[in-house]
Amino acid sequence: MKKSKAFFGYSILALVIYVVVQVLLTTGMLDAYYENILITMCIHIMLAVSLHLVIGITGQFSIGHAGFMAVGAYVSAIATMNFGLPFPIAILIGAIFAGLAGLLVGVPTLRLKGDYLAIATLGFAEIIRIVFINLDYVGGAAGIVINQMTNWTYAFFGVVITILVISNFTNSRHGRGCISIREDEVAADAMGINTTYYKVVAFVIGSAFAGVAGAIYSHQFFFIQPTAFNFLKSFDILIFVVLGGLGSLSGSVIAAILLTVVSFYLQNFPETRMIIYSAVLIIIMLYRPTGLLGTKEVTQLFKFGKRGGSSA
Amino acid sequence: MMEWLQQLVNGVSLGSIYALIALGYTMVYGIIKLINFAHGDVFMLGAFIGFYAAIRWDIGFIPALILAMVICSIIGVIIERVAYKRLRGATRIAALITAIGVSLFIEYTVIFFRGAKPEAYPELLKESYIDLFGASISSKSVLIIAVTIVLMLLLQFIVHKTKIGKAMRAVSHDADAARLMGINVDNTISATFAIGSALAGAAGVIFGVYYTRIDPLMGVLPGLKAFIAAVLGGIGSIPGAAVGGYVLGVVETIVSAVGFSLWRDAAAFVILILILILRPAGIFGKNAREKV
Repeated sequence: MKKSKAFFGYSILALVIYVVVQVLLTTGMLDAYYENILITMCIHIMLAVSLHLVIGITGQFSIGHAGFMAVGAYVSAIATMNFGLPFPIAILIGAIFAGLAGLLVGVPTLRLKGDYLAIATLGFAEIIRIVFINLDYVGGAAGIVINQMTNWTYAFFGVVITILVISNFTNSRHGRGCISIREDEVAADAMGINTTYYKVVAFVIGSAFAGVAGAIYSHQFFFIQPTAFNFLKSFDILIFVVLGGLGSLSGSVIAAILLTVVSFYLQNFPETRMIIYSAVLIIIMLYRPTGLLGTKEVTQLFKFGKRGGSSA
Repeated sequence: MMEWLQQLVNGVSLGSIYALIALGYTMVYGIIKLINFAHGDVFMLGAFIGFYAAIRWDIGFIPALILAMVICSIIGVIIERVAYKRLRGATRIAALITAIGVSLFIEYTVIFFRGAKPEAYPELLKESYIDLFGASISSKSVLIIAVTIVLMLLLQFIVHKTKIGKAMRAVSHDADAARLMGINVDNTISATFAIGSALAGAAGVIFGVYYTRIDPLMGVLPGLKAFIAAVLGGIGSIPGAAVGGYVLGVVETIVSAVGFSLWRDAAAFVILILILILRPAGIFGKNAREKV
């Protein structure tokens, strides 16, 4: 009862945001520059939330997220440009292929733990990128030109679907399984949770939504090339999740919005941006290793009665 | 045949650089179980220190090498004291993210102060060719391999014959027990960082002399590959890191030589994934059972 009320509230909120921005865009109060910022923000939110599922909820430290984004971006671009498929279907195909790539990468690497997993995912992401560099079909290192098809509607509903699926997954029985793996993998295993299965499922879902983000990204910027998906991109996504809080969905959304705005202001000073990013990363880890919100959600901050006890 | 010999020498020269960086990775990992992502950037700093020293004061190869090693070891200790020391009790993920942060911080601070443009390394060594069984081998490669071997023997001596080396081995075996035995763990860890960073600095100068082109992001890929070399040899094992570095260097050179130069970078990552799946402990590593 209470849950459906909350869901209803969030749906209204999402609809209001969508309509207000859409009206502002059609009346021309927000010009193309702001539309670009808003769409970039949506792409970053999708990436942050999908990585949040892998790192924050399941506790599997992956730093190769840009690789799956690249798969989604390229596959959807091929679908629209070479096969003439409509954009929504191209997004779906991009997501499916990114998810398959996630499955392919996840099954062997998720047996590894911690540092090794991080390096292996980084390695896979680099291999994906090198494959695209060597594929002449998609333009190799020069990249491909793509028609712009993304608009605010696609980007926004991409975000809504991403958040909806991932938050429902987190609150489901499967999500609890994933959280138990994050807390203590050995104990979860001993309690009869199929840890490998849940790790792979979370990884595949995360990769698929990175693919959605990639599809929307590639159809926004006219042009993609493999260097756009190098591991600096993965680190960019990582910092959203880390800053927001490892395990907090709303935290990663807020961090993605905040850092998108910051990076647009620092667009002309890319070095300064990276220095600030890295300093923030270090300071957060030294003084608040769980990120700004920890595993809490924003809504929990207003429920004082329930605090304490479960803060660990 | 001649060509293969030449490629082998090229591979071993490249492998020497990987091996020197990998030694630092493996020592630090052995002692505090941290992948020091910033290690590749210490390597980059070493290259730049050698470069500026050679340009400003017109010094030769060996003085530039020693200067880079000394300054890099100081930088390594500063990184350890400022960023990593507080993280001793933190989770592995927190330590790893900090290391990534330090790495990016060093790279972009260097870009901020001097721009991202690459530099051409000054000619510190006279290039001449030695004729060996019909293959012409650069004197640079020979000297580089020799310097690497000298440094490795020096490291082997430090680790096995000196007091600080004994302390390092004790701390990497069991830090708490070492502390109970009166070993100053903090200083030992700092010493490990100093030695590892000095080797990375040396690798930087050698890289500059051999490949003659340096830039602020040059440490990223060699850093990752040196880590792969350390994993290949068995992380935590010093001879393993050396062997892993040479194997990786030779494999990469062969991949390029048979005409897949664009796939060269992928080869290292394929090796990494294969070794992690088939034999995660590496060539020289011991399999440790997980205890609860």
